[in-house]
Amino acid sequence: MTNRQWTWLAIALLVIAWPLLSPFNVTLLNYIGLYAMVAVGLVMLTGVGGITSFGQAAFVGLGAYATAWICTSPVAAQALSWVHPDVLPWLGLVLGLIVTGVIAWVLGAVTLPLSGHFLALGTIAWGLSLYYIFGNLEGLGGFTGISGIQALSIAGYELTSPRLFGIIIWVVLLLSIWAMNNLLDSREGRAIRALKSGRVMAESMGVDTSRQRMKLFLLAALLAAISGWLYAHLQRFVNPTPFSLNISIEYLFMAVVGGSGHLWGAVLGATLITLLKEQLQDLLPQLLGSSGNFEVIVFGILMLLILQRAADGIWPLITARTRGWVKPAAAAAASAHVTQAVLARRKLPPAGQVVLNATQVTKRFAGLVANDAVDLDVKAGEVHALIGPNGAGKSTFFNMISGVDDPTSGSVTLMGQSMAGKPSRAFAALGMGRTFQHVRLLGQRSVLENVALGAHLRGRKGWVAAMLRRDRHEEAALLAEARKQIERCGLMSYIDTPAASLPLGQQRVVEIARALAAQPTILLLDEPAAGLRHLEKQALAELLIQLRGEGMALLVVEHDMEFVMNLADRITVLEFGKVIALGNPAEVQANPRVMEAYLGVEDTEGVPA
Amino acid sequence: MDLQIALMLGQDGMVNGAIYALMALALVLVFSVTRVILIPQGEFVTYAALSMAAIQAGKLPSIVWLLITLAVLVLIVETWRHSRGVRVDWKSTVVWAVVVPAMAAALVFGLKPQSGWLQALVVFALITPMGPLVYRLVFRPLAHASVLFLLIVAVALHLVMVGLGLYYFGAEGSRTNAIWDASWDLGGVPVSGQSLVVVFTAIVLLIAMFWFFGRSIIGKALRATAINRVGARLMGIPTDLSGDVCFALAALIGAASGILIAPVTTIYYDTGFLIGLKGFVAAIIGGLTGYPGAVAGAVLVGQLESFSSFWASAYKEVIVFTLIIPVLWWRSLNTRHVEDEE
Repeated sequence: MTNRQWTWLAIALLVIAWPLLSPFNVTLLNYIGLYAMVAVGLVMLTGVGGITSFGQAAFVGLGAYATAWICTSPVAAQALSWVHPDVLPWLGLVLGLIVTGVIAWVLGAVTLPLSGHFLALGTIAWGLSLYYIFGNLEGLGGFTGISGIQALSIAGYELTSPRLFGIIIWVVLLLSIWAMNNLLDSREGRAIRALKSGRVMAESMGVDTSRQRMKLFLLAALLAAISGWLYAHLQRFVNPTPFSLNISIEYLFMAVVGGSGHLWGAVLGATLITLLKEQLQDLLPQLLGSSGNFEVIVFGILMLLILQRAADGIWPLITARTRGWVKPAAAAAASAHVTQAVLARRKLPPAGQVVLNATQVTKRFAGLVANDAVDLDVKAGEVHALIGPNGAGKSTFFNMISGVDDPTSGSVTLMGQSMAGKPSRAFAALGMGRTFQHVRLLGQRSVLENVALGAHLRGRKGWVAAMLRRDRHEEAALLAEARKQIERCGLMSYIDTPAASLPLGQQRVVEIARALAAQPTILLLDEPAAGLRHLEKQALAELLIQLRGEGMALLVVEHDMEFVMNLADRITVLEFGKVIALGNPAEVQANPRVMEAYLGVEDTEGVPA
Repeated sequence: MDLQIALMLGQDGMVNGAIYALMALALVLVFSVTRVILIPQGEFVTYAALSMAAIQAGKLPSIVWLLITLAVLVLIVETWRHSRGVRVDWKSTVVWAVVVPAMAAALVFGLKPQSGWLQALVVFALITPMGPLVYRLVFRPLAHASVLFLLIVAVALHLVMVGLGLYYFGAEGSRTNAIWDASWDLGGVPVSGQSLVVVFTAIVLLIAMFWFFGRSIIGKALRATAINRVGARLMGIPTDLSGDVCFALAALIGAASGILIAPVTTIYYDTGFLIGLKGFVAAIIGGLTGYPGAVAGAVLVGQLESFSSFWASAYKEVIVFTLIIPVLWWRSLNTRHVEDEE
């Protein structure tokens, strides 16, 4: 059976068992469903996106309190007297989503441009604050809470029984997992996954990482708010306790214990932790001989052990054990889609036109001048090599001309546009593709997915389209483009292999294929030949010559002189941040300053005896 | 509000601010050297304050059992590592897992100290070794994990430590005797000896720390580790030991803060968490890396808390914690290019 068939089987079992379960088990499953919904959001945020929030319970609280307020407050009743009472919960849902969205947006806007742990710290503070606000606002019932929230009614039928209400909970949960699963398996999904392995790389592929992080955070917050809305109408009562910081921490643990990179891990984690707490609450007071909130000690110690011993959570352990039982899904789901869909192509500039121009680029780090008034241009249809001894400032210069950092002074233009202060993704949008000196691939993902990330900017479909599978046509075209580039770079035999299991040299070639998938006008290659064997170098050189023939502009940093001299049309030599030579290979080789830089000064004064 | 009340509130704010400055100092220290965001920092404060209260009440500070358990666990772990061929630094292990806990146990069980200074010494001996012991058990195996992962671990540890605090000290709050119960009247504003002690001790500790980092060889080694871990190791600095030292300092600062604050505020098993978090707000104002900024932030947090408890006492926590939003916003304005996370 395939994964999909197993999933359907599990759902079918749940459906069959639902009427037969004891009321206690139904209640337990309802809570597991509600918790899992929050945990699914955290899996997306933490496991996939690499950022985290300790404020999810507070978002659940917003969802719950919003609907509780609309359904019970006299103020709201007066303002909404013209509305049929059955509609009130739905208005509560809308209000909860709006309030949650706005607050999450503000929190995200403030913390997401900073390193990831600032969001976590910001949400700790926010989670604590909201708990005190709930507890102190008279209008929200203070610490005693709000009771008498009406039941949800659908088509005039009141869902008062937990067994009926549970159906809603699980349908919503399964639908959100389906949507998240679709999202991850799409162009935007690749962009989200790229966040975790480094924002610099993702930005160079044209991904707006701040925006993606914001969307992820909003998504997780809204899922939490929906869970809170359902909670309020299941319990028919809200008070601040279930929305405290401690509960936020539990949500995060559910995601981490289950397996923070896996959607089903959220359900597993929610189940395990709910059952564990349930057991500990009975067991511990007997063991310790006194009553108190002691399950938190055992709970925390178990967490520490899991974090230390199985950082990826329990879901991957299970899938590793049961691999034999699951038939891999038809691997070529996309190739079945081989459509005529072709991506729009960029028109390359005519050969000889200057594509990238750096003028007097200077970069100072405190006292150190890493680049001193460097001039360099790259024309369409040429290979320009940048060489220089270690520490000459080549990598710094690469950062200056690719938007990773700003020059202290001097200007960079790309395709005739000034790029001052622009981020890497703006460079990518204008047709700059690049590779990295230290390979930056998503190691766990296949070569195909890695290369398809390169084509990010050639697709248009967004999150909603991906969740609802309205992007399949474009997705097929993106994957077809990725295949084409993989084939061109001679990596077809690795196409479904996780990128990290390739030899380092081949990983560099994957990076080139990824850059090519963007159909760049200019390609920046940082030591592409390092780690390649002789024949592989030849193949790479042939590929680069072919690309030059097609009119692409290439800038290559490389230490292998034979490779550079055979390939480059022009060479710029950098030493101590300054350009010391520029010319064709023969001129540069004959230049005495270059020989000095590479071989050292000829000691004319002789060695003292 | 008249001037008199403002001065009183200002005095309260200075006392709290001094404590938050100590917290912030410890947090910045631990974060910059080990990359751990030490959420459980406040628990050292609680443990110290409640141990002090127990000793003054003539009871056994039962947290000593936790110290002994941690010491035994560390000895087991180190023996196990040794048997697997990992090089274990037995000298520091013996200090943290045998000598200091034994001393603390001897003081607690044998001598029942009457003088305040001896009581404080007992508390220091009880709490300080917990830092390195906890570091070795919890964080050292994860030295290469990301900041975010270490943060999640720190939160789990916080849960455990709060739970243990409840188990060992119970749910009732305690206050200790004032260290200096003198008080003066300065133009209608009462100034207590205790607040002077708190502020003065905090200033002395802060200066001692600045000196330690600026001048002493261990401090310089810690700074080197903070700037570049691999580079520091290549220079022969044992980076694992630097974790020990920072956590010991963090626990020591926590213990000092606990002893200082316990006569001023009633401390419950979970009070430390809020104190620690306010230290965080202060540290974040300083960018989590700068000491002077963190101290300035602490004074600001203390004053804000004190004045908001006058105007809107139910919301003072909300006001203090919400302060980090504009602070982070201001910081994010200066961030234009993305950087890779560690």
